[in-house]
Amino acid sequence: MMRKVAIVGAGMTSFVRRALETPKELSYQATKVTLDSCGLTLDDVDCIAHGTAPDAFDGLHQNGEYMVDGCGGWNKPTMRVYVGGGTGIHAVVHGWHHVASGLFDTCLVVCEEKMSSALPHAQAFFLTIFDSITERPLEPNLLWIFALEMNRYMERYGYTKEDMALVAVKNKQNGLKHPASQFSEKVTVEDVVNSEMMAYPVSRLDVSPVSDGAAAVLLASERVARRLTDKPVWIEGVGWSLDTAYWATRDLYYPRYTDTAARMAYDMAGIREPDKEIHVAEPYDPFDYKALHHLEGLQLSPRGKTVELLRDGHFDIDGNLPMCPSGGLLGVGNPIAAAGTMKVCELFWQLRGEAGQRQVPGNPRRGVAQSWGDLMQVSSVVVVGN
Amino acid sequence: MEDTIKVAGGTGLTADDIKSGKIFLTEDSLDCAYAWDTGVAVNRYLAELKQGKIIATRCKKCKRTMLPPRLFCELCFIPCSNWQYVQDTGIVNTFSICHVHWDATRIGKDEKPHLPAVIEIDGASEGMGIMHLLGEVDPEEIKIGMQVKAVWKPEAERTGSIIDIKYFKPL
Repeated sequence: MMRKVAIVGAGMTSFVRRALETPKELSYQATKVTLDSCGLTLDDVDCIAHGTAPDAFDGLHQNGEYMVDGCGGWNKPTMRVYVGGGTGIHAVVHGWHHVASGLFDTCLVVCEEKMSSALPHAQAFFLTIFDSITERPLEPNLLWIFALEMNRYMERYGYTKEDMALVAVKNKQNGLKHPASQFSEKVTVEDVVNSEMMAYPVSRLDVSPVSDGAAAVLLASERVARRLTDKPVWIEGVGWSLDTAYWATRDLYYPRYTDTAARMAYDMAGIREPDKEIHVAEPYDPFDYKALHHLEGLQLSPRGKTVELLRDGHFDIDGNLPMCPSGGLLGVGNPIAAAGTMKVCELFWQLRGEAGQRQVPGNPRRGVAQSWGDLMQVSSVVVVGN
Repeated sequence: MEDTIKVAGGTGLTADDIKSGKIFLTEDSLDCAYAWDTGVAVNRYLAELKQGKIIATRCKKCKRTMLPPRLFCELCFIPCSNWQYVQDTGIVNTFSICHVHWDATRIGKDEKPHLPAVIEIDGASEGMGIMHLLGEVDPEEIKIGMQVKAVWKPEAERTGSIIDIKYFKPL
C-alpha cells in the first residue's frame, strides 16, 4: 500500500550565469535553506534523492558521488537519478518512492547543475547524445533537434515565430518577479524575433540561458508532515515515460512521452479533466515553443489551439490556467537538473500562498510540473495538491 | 505581498572577477578516443551504403519497414530478420538552417549554414525518418514536404558510413 507523501520544505540558490560556488557548495546552499524552511536539521533526514545532469559538464566522472556531501548524504541512503533535462522532476518522483514505499519518513531531494565550467560552451557536450554510428558522423549539434522539432510543430499548426516569442516574453516577464532569477530586463516580441538567428527557426531569445544553480525540496510521510506544518502540499500523482531513442522516426510535432507520463500521474491523482482540475502549470520551457508543446502533451490545451488560448491570456498569471508563474527556465534560468526542481518549489510556494508578487490569485489548489530530456524522449510529471 | 520564498547562495561572477585574478581557476582538458563496433544490424546498413544502396529491416509482426535497420523491433520485441532495400529518395519531414557549430561557436562569414533535416525515406514505413543533411539548395527554398534524393560520394571514396551519402538534394 502506497503512503501519502507531502512536500514540507523548499529552497534554492540564485540562478546565475557563472557561480563562484562549486557544485558541492551550491548543493549545500540549496539543501541548508530547504532544511531551514521547515525547521529541520540533517539528523531529521532519513535519505537523499539527488540529481545532476551530464557528468561531462563538470568533467567529473560519477559526479553524484562528488556531490553527496553537499546534499547532506554523508552516511545516509543516497541515490542519484539522471535522465538529462528530465532529472529535476524525476528526482522528486524518485524521492517520492522512498517515502511512499514506507521505507523512510523523510527524503531530501536535491538537484544541482553547474554548466559554466565546460569550455567553450556546455552545449558542446551534447554532441555525445547522438547515435555514435548513424548520426555523429554528420557532426550534429544540440540545437538541431530543437530546431527540427520547433519547425515541425509550427508547420503542423501554422504557428509563427511571433506566436512562439509570446511565450518567451510572458515567461521572462513572470521571472522578473522571482528573487532567484538570472534576468533583470524585460523583452518584447520584436526583441525575440530579431535576436540572433541560431538555427532557424530558433533565435537566441527563444532559448533559455546557460546557468549555475541548485534547488531542493523536503518530502515527508503524512505522520511527519502533519507534525511539521499546517500547510503540507501533497504529491497526488507521479508519472514518467521514455519514448524510443530512434527520435527521427517519431513525428516530432507531438510529445507522446509527455502524454504517457501525464496520464499516469493524472490517473494516480484521480484527475479526469486536467484542463479544469489543474489550477497552475509549470511545463518545461527550455525553449519557448516547448512550453506550448508540453501543455498539449499534458492535456492542458487542445492540440493546435494553444496559441489562440495564449493570445487570449488563458495562460497569464490571472488567466484560467496560469503557466510558468515562476518565469520558468526562460525567466529564472536553466541550470538543467535544478531547473526542474525549481518548478516543484514554485508549485509548493504557489499552493501555500507564499509566492509573493508572482502569486496566482484565487488560492490555487492543484498544480502540475513537468520536465523533459534525454534524446527528446523522457518526461517526468508531478501533480501536487493541498 | 511579501515574498517568503527561500533563496541562498548562487553568487554570480563577472568576467572581470576572473580577469582581475580575484577568482582562481584550475584548468584541464580531456582528449577521449573511441572506436565503436557498428553492431549486427547497422553493420549491414553501412555495407549497403558503401554499395550505394539503403537497406531497412522489416518486422513481421507490426509490418514496419524500419530505418536505421535493427536487430530487433523495439515495439514488438521480436527479432527482425527480413531485409528490404528502400529508395534513396524521400520527403523532408522537418529541417533547420543552422548558423552555429557543435560547440556553439558561430559559423564564419565564408561558411555556409548547416542544413540538417529529418528525411522520410521512400519505401520505408510512413514517418520512418533519418537525420541527414540537405545540399545543392538555397536555404530559403527549403520546404517541409519537399522531395529529395541522395547525392552519393563517388564509389571509390565511400567507407561504409552514413556520410557515404553527402547530402540530399531537391528532386
